[in-house]
Amino acid sequence: MTESQNPLRASIQEAITDNPMCGFSARTVGILQAVGRPFAAVDVLPDPRIRQELSALSNWPTIPQLFVDGELVGGCDIVTEMYQSGELQQALGAEDAPVDEPAPAPGAPEAPPLSIENRL
Amino acid sequence: MAEPATTDPATPEELKARIESGIPGARASVSGDGHHFDAVVVAPAFSGLSRIAQHRLVYDVFGDELGGRIHALSIQTRDPQKEAR
Repeated sequence: MTESQNPLRASIQEAITDNPMCGFSARTVGILQAVGRPFAAVDVLPDPRIRQELSALSNWPTIPQLFVDGELVGGCDIVTEMYQSGELQQALGAEDAPVDEPAPAPGAPEAPPLSIENRL
Repeated sequence: MAEPATTDPATPEELKARIESGIPGARASVSGDGHHFDAVVVAPAFSGLSRIAQHRLVYDVFGDELGGRIHALSIQTRDPQKEAR
């Protein structure tokens, strides 16, 4: 399936555009793209149970949630802080990534296409 | 302390007071528009905790109100011992 045909990607982009809450998810995705390591994303909006179950399992009330090697790293605030300090690049094995660049703005038009792997 | 009426809009002052009474020794500065809030919290209770655990302490003050009455809460936590360095 090509990037443009991926319905999950389309649905996430639509959600980001339509729902201001998703600015936090857009920002987190933008940071992960800037780090440049492969990642998977799951859209929690199609069914409220996804979000309920996820928050129950992770004991974390907000969306998005970043997991590295199965462990919760944090939400948008923590991911942003770790990106700015370089800790995120270290945790993802991408130490060479620039740390002095400001975090990308949500929905920045120059952002590269989302790279989403559907694991639902 | 009485629970605030759920129909009242949340205010930065209310969030600040609840964080400071809910986390021992915490100092908070909160800004927001009634729906989206930004909180910077400094508390000795954060010492030695991971960022995840620090943020959970703040989330726990508000419980189910997050995502509802308090639409979005952005958090930065600081350990006062590290601040002093």
